[in-house]
Amino acid sequence: MNIVVLVKQVPDTYSERKLSDADSTLDRDSADAVLDEINEKAVEQALQIKEAGEGEVTVVCVGPDRATDAIRKALSMGADKAVHVCDDALHGSDVLATAKVIAAAIGKGDAPDLVLAGNEATDGGGGAIPAILSELLGLPQLTHAREVSIEGQTVKATRETDEGLTYLEANLPAIVSVAEKINEPRYPSFKGIMAAKKKPVDTFTVADLGVDAGEVGLGNAWSAVTEAAPKPPRAAGQKAEDEGDGGTKIAEYLVTQKLI
Amino acid sequence: MSVKQADPHDFLGIDADLGDTERDVRDAVRAYAREELTPHIADWYENGGLPRELASGLGKLGLFGMHLEGYGCAGLSALAYGIACRELEAVDSGLRSYVSVQGSLAMFAIHQWGTEEHRTEWLPRMAAGDALGCFGLTEPDSGSDPGSMRTTARREGSDWVLNGTKMWITNGTLADVAVVWANTDEGVRGFVVPTDTPGFTANEVKHKLSLRASITAELVLENVRLPGSAAFPDVRGLKGPLSCLNEARFGILWGVVGAARSCYESALDYAKTREQFGKPLAAFQLTQRKLADMLVEVNRSALVARQLSTLKDAGELAPTQVSFGKFANVRSAIEVARSARTVLGANGITLEYPVMRHMNNLETVLTYEGTEEVHALSLGAAVTGVQAFR
Repeated sequence: MNIVVLVKQVPDTYSERKLSDADSTLDRDSADAVLDEINEKAVEQALQIKEAGEGEVTVVCVGPDRATDAIRKALSMGADKAVHVCDDALHGSDVLATAKVIAAAIGKGDAPDLVLAGNEATDGGGGAIPAILSELLGLPQLTHAREVSIEGQTVKATRETDEGLTYLEANLPAIVSVAEKINEPRYPSFKGIMAAKKKPVDTFTVADLGVDAGEVGLGNAWSAVTEAAPKPPRAAGQKAEDEGDGGTKIAEYLVTQKLI
Repeated sequence: MSVKQADPHDFLGIDADLGDTERDVRDAVRAYAREELTPHIADWYENGGLPRELASGLGKLGLFGMHLEGYGCAGLSALAYGIACRELEAVDSGLRSYVSVQGSLAMFAIHQWGTEEHRTEWLPRMAAGDALGCFGLTEPDSGSDPGSMRTTARREGSDWVLNGTKMWITNGTLADVAVVWANTDEGVRGFVVPTDTPGFTANEVKHKLSLRASITAELVLENVRLPGSAAFPDVRGLKGPLSCLNEARFGILWGVVGAARSCYESALDYAKTREQFGKPLAAFQLTQRKLADMLVEVNRSALVARQLSTLKDAGELAPTQVSFGKFANVRSAIEVARSARTVLGANGITLEYPVMRHMNNLETVLTYEGTEEVHALSLGAAVTGVQAFR
């Protein structure tokens, strides 16, 4: 089975993240860059499917030079090879342009049986790439999966929503996006780290993919971030001295907040 | 041109020019420690031990024998090994000891001095964490002077029969295999002893006040009969065990940089948030002096460790240079821990903060694998040409 996993390098959620003053795009220097955790889960799922049968796992990443760190992590976990689309022209691209580029990058290799992605990245949070890609590639999409299984030429997924569980299935080839609860990703082992150094990474520019540079980048995006404001700092809590009536005071406070 | 700002958490940029592999190893150990070790370490320390399952997690990651070649080991550089030790010991010296004993003492001894049969029988299982090893050199009456050991191995036909007692043996009661050094007619020799051999017993040392997240044992060998093939074939004398200790000491001189860093970071964080007399502790000149001293010790010891790694990866590292690193860096780490403890006040003595745990651990690290005094004498001998301990 030929499995493609989409991965993205994002600013570490443990560090302070911000947008650049100049163009309101992600300020990549302000925070440590890591492989997005939801993508680690997508890679883990791909590896589990591969290990249960056979196949090859290719990671596809669109991102700047240093996204090679995120790619290497996916390879260290056990993915077999990688495609990296790296081009300054991509700076500030919206989800439509990004999906076009990803579709073209996938088209550079053998046709995939399964494309796995995270349901949404922790930075932009668009959550639209799997759906747009499904349209562009003409493949069925099973999104927000908390469980995935392959049975012959069918992929089955369980989607969890606030209302309950939805059981989905589609014929392969298909696109599946995974949600938070799908699995616990493995740690890259030291042997995996050593092996990753020798795994092939193909790097393409937008032109290599036959995508028109006039369709990508900040200037050609269909929407733009006009302004961003950081969350206001949390206000100091309200203190109540317990003079034997602490419980009553807490209850009164909760009543004023309409919590009880 | 903007003025460069130094990073408070890597002031001299020690990690800034690490290669991809070393950085990946660091990040892998950090992520593992953050999720699997740090949340439990206070309990493990208080309860006096480590869960057995830990071995397979550490083995899967690849920590055991990570700098050895082949036999299921990752074959990483000395620098990567050092960085991994630093990240482990930033959590607790007991965890680093666990890995040091397995990889640098037991596995290294078998890898370096064992027969091909020893290596294929033990190393892959030990690398995976499926088998644990320990290393028996020190005895109740033979510490800094290992040449005075009383454990003997005598020939009986083609067999060897071992008798004696080993003391302060990390992982002794957990081990599946012990590398035991004993006196023979031809001088000290090393033996691979499966711990289920009749006559072998291990007794846990209780009531420790230091390195509590680590098992320490006494090994008793009473007419332990081993086949002739159990002996390391080619090494005679103390150079066998000392070569292994050198490996472990290299891990220590990196590890304690992590313990010191953890204490410094605790103190820095605490000083910035704790207020007395209407201002944070960090705003007091005495606190700033302490933080500056800690910062210097942490970074200077890291520089020593980096330089010794460069030498080791080039195959140029002298045992006396390892003594330099252990002597200098453990002393630095203890000073940092004690100073950090004063910044934290009463909070410093609890397990809520890592400081006193590190401080107590470092009292062990100061004297094991060569006491501070013996390393001082080894440095003295190196520069004067006169051995003061014989």
